[in-house]
Amino acid sequence: MIALIAFYLFATVTITSAVLVIFARNPVHSVLWLILGFFNAAGLMLLTGAEFIAMLLVIVYVGAVAVLFLFVVMMLDIDFSQLRSGFNRNLPFGLLIALVLLVEIVIAITAYNAGPAFAHASGAPPANAVPNIEALGTMLYGQYLLPFELAGLILLVAMIGAIVLTHRSRGDARGQKASRQIGRRPEEAIRMAQPAVGEGVSL
Amino acid sequence: MIGLVHYLTVAAILFVIGVLGIFLNRRNVILMLMCIELLLLAVNINLVAFSAYLGDLKGQVFAMFVLTVAAAEAAIGLAIMMIFFRRRGTIAIDAADQMRG
Repeated sequence: MIALIAFYLFATVTITSAVLVIFARNPVHSVLWLILGFFNAAGLMLLTGAEFIAMLLVIVYVGAVAVLFLFVVMMLDIDFSQLRSGFNRNLPFGLLIALVLLVEIVIAITAYNAGPAFAHASGAPPANAVPNIEALGTMLYGQYLLPFELAGLILLVAMIGAIVLTHRSRGDARGQKASRQIGRRPEEAIRMAQPAVGEGVSL
Repeated sequence: MIGLVHYLTVAAILFVIGVLGIFLNRRNVILMLMCIELLLLAVNINLVAFSAYLGDLKGQVFAMFVLTVAAAEAAIGLAIMMIFFRRRGTIAIDAADQMRG
């Protein structure tokens, strides 16, 4: 019973915040709704027993991706109202496409429900002998080691790519000039002074 | 009782909302990227739901890979958008018509 209530709560909030993401006037609000949606989607995944993915969703999506969006939205000085000019013009066509897509997906789900498409699609509950995270870790570092490493490589490439794309060398940046440091001699760097008692040193 | 169909329905609605958002916000690249994140989230919900339904952890492994790709895509997309904004002073898609595509 409580699972049912939780499911409907999470599902409703996820879908509502998704709608508000695309209809919010202020893009900062959009990002905040996106964060709420991700949180509730994580709740949905938690209900199926996928704890690791749920935590990953909160950490990666909310902690990294959504905050990245927030940074960019706040950093750019854009007149967002002007960007929305095509919104109402596109509304009927967009709704049509969305309707067609939804009907198709519903048909697909009902067709799937009508009969078992594959022989092994039994509704057997997963064997919970080992915890979710442990089982997933065993899989990732065993059977799926190569794809896992490739995923890390993708992230590395994305990181380097983002840095290369957005980096620009500024003229007034102060870098280290090793030749000047090495070429410096003690006699030009220091000055010996012998001030009289009670007097200061003129710099 | 919650079944597979419940999850599939939620994912379907999320996916449709994402597509609708891409259609409606044709000019705002940031919102289009956010809608792509919504689409990938819907896919992830599907993968996790089927993984739980079939009692097979492969779905969750693939959900993790989808998540990785989504994060990389968001970073690269936002970087491209930043340099586009620096050159043009706007993030409207219409301004990207240099190649007359």
